[in-house]
Amino acid sequence: MAAENKGKQGKITVKNLGKQYDAADEKKHMLFSKNINPDAIFQDDEEHYVLKGVNLTIEEGEFHIFLGASGCGKSTLLNIIAGFLDKTEGSVLLDGKEITKPGPDRGVVFQNADSAIFPWLTVYKNVEYGLKMQHVEKDRRKKIVENAIELVGLWEHKKKYPSELSGGMKQRVQIARSIASNPEILIMDEPFGALDAQTRRILQDELISIWQKTKKTILFVTHDLQEAVYLGEKISIFSAAPNANIAAKVTVPFAYPRNLNDGEVAEFTRGVHESLDKAMNAHGDKVIDKSAIAGRGFLCGS
Amino acid sequence: MEHLKTAVKKGFKFFVKSGIAAWVILLIIWQTASGFTLPEFLPGPVQTLQGLKEVIESGVLLEDIAISMQRVVIGWVKGLLIAIPTGLLVGRFQVVKWLVEPFVNFFRFVPAIGFLSLFLMWFGVGEESKLVLITYATVFPVVINTVAGVAGIDPVKYQAAESLGATKVQSFFTVTVPAAVPGIFTGIRLGLSSAIISIVSAEMLAANSGIGYLIYTSRLYYRTDWIFVGIVTLGLLGFLADKLLRKIGSTMFKHYGIVNQ
Repeated sequence: MAAENKGKQGKITVKNLGKQYDAADEKKHMLFSKNINPDAIFQDDEEHYVLKGVNLTIEEGEFHIFLGASGCGKSTLLNIIAGFLDKTEGSVLLDGKEITKPGPDRGVVFQNADSAIFPWLTVYKNVEYGLKMQHVEKDRRKKIVENAIELVGLWEHKKKYPSELSGGMKQRVQIARSIASNPEILIMDEPFGALDAQTRRILQDELISIWQKTKKTILFVTHDLQEAVYLGEKISIFSAAPNANIAAKVTVPFAYPRNLNDGEVAEFTRGVHESLDKAMNAHGDKVIDKSAIAGRGFLCGS
Repeated sequence: MEHLKTAVKKGFKFFVKSGIAAWVILLIIWQTASGFTLPEFLPGPVQTLQGLKEVIESGVLLEDIAISMQRVVIGWVKGLLIAIPTGLLVGRFQVVKWLVEPFVNFFRFVPAIGFLSLFLMWFGVGEESKLVLITYATVFPVVINTVAGVAGIDPVKYQAAESLGATKVQSFFTVTVPAAVPGIFTGIRLGLSSAIISIVSAEMLAANSGIGYLIYTSRLYYRTDWIFVGIVTLGLLGFLADKLLRKIGSTMFKHYGIVNQ
């Protein structure tokens, strides 16, 4: 499949991307934080950017991780790729075409399943929703929906309503719903963050198997180092906002399934941890600014 | 002995919790108070019951209930048909909000009874003017609660719909409408109580039947007990209608997040 893509144009290409804060909004927010003078943060122009000069290529079929602390550059970039946010400068391409708005070519799995899935529809109808909106004809729709529900292991629960499902099952509904539209890329925003450790591990394993079966490109955002190393082929490590950027790109050289306790994997994880620490401290001379940024909710997924 | 004690305790708790105790207390106060006055001024529960017997036997009461409820239901349903779509559009589209909300915020402070004379002049003394009045009274609580219902929708739901390929029109019908159901339903309930309240104003002038007419004309005959019959009937009708409505709502829209309390 990847061979069809001529040259080095990836599935997703981000070139010199910048995203400005909405300054008015930000200042208003600042007033609620103690001991911070909003003007100190907004006095020079370069401080207005959440993201600045971001370059990135995600290859077809890749399992790509955005890793970074809740300083929120990564969620902003995810929202731009999903089409929910406008960029300020640069370009973001999907298969060579500029992304301007959301669309079914990019399936999104949201952090909070309760706000994302439709409680008035059964599991089946939730998964069917996108296909209906896209006017897929009935027989084909049925086949696709059944396959997707089977894929995430919800077959016995297909007639249930979301209120009857556990948190992990609700995230499966989201995954099935996105995959049913056969998207070019599956975008996942800390989807397992709210789950207990056991359920999270099960879903991580299932996600790997879904990825291997469907060969979809996956973009997965997390602040969990272990999760990043367990799941990802490529990890983009983000520096802290303002002017966040991808500080390092790492390829994880281990086959699936991975064992995080394995000596080599653990050693590798420590290395990623160091890169992450370094990335977070990249603006070490602006400590006050950084703590201020970390305390606000603007554009954050969480 | 222990058994008896707990049984009595349980019985008493139910007596207080179910609201029966409150009614018993009210009846006692009412009966006592009526003992100090003339029945034309304040008839007690016993006299009211006698009055009730009269109006039931003569068939007046049931006829009045039927005609009043018919007016309430027609006026209320018309109000819903206007208010729910309006509320949905106001809640979803900023432009519509700018255009419609000023009127809503102005007229919702003008009670239905304020329009009584006007509606009589415009729509005549027949059924029309009464229905318009009830419809008017229904519209505002329904619009306001529908708008609130739409405003409370999690924006992530719209993002999800859009990234699944829904157009703006599709997401209006498949996200806005169903997700606003709890708000709409609260509006429907408040609208009904508003409609029942306004029936009295509607029937006060230019009517010759209905509960409101019964209440309003009984004073001419000094039949204060009939006024009480009318008041109790209205209260009961409202109470039962709301209970029925809640039951229907919580069964039909179980998965839309309506809380039956």
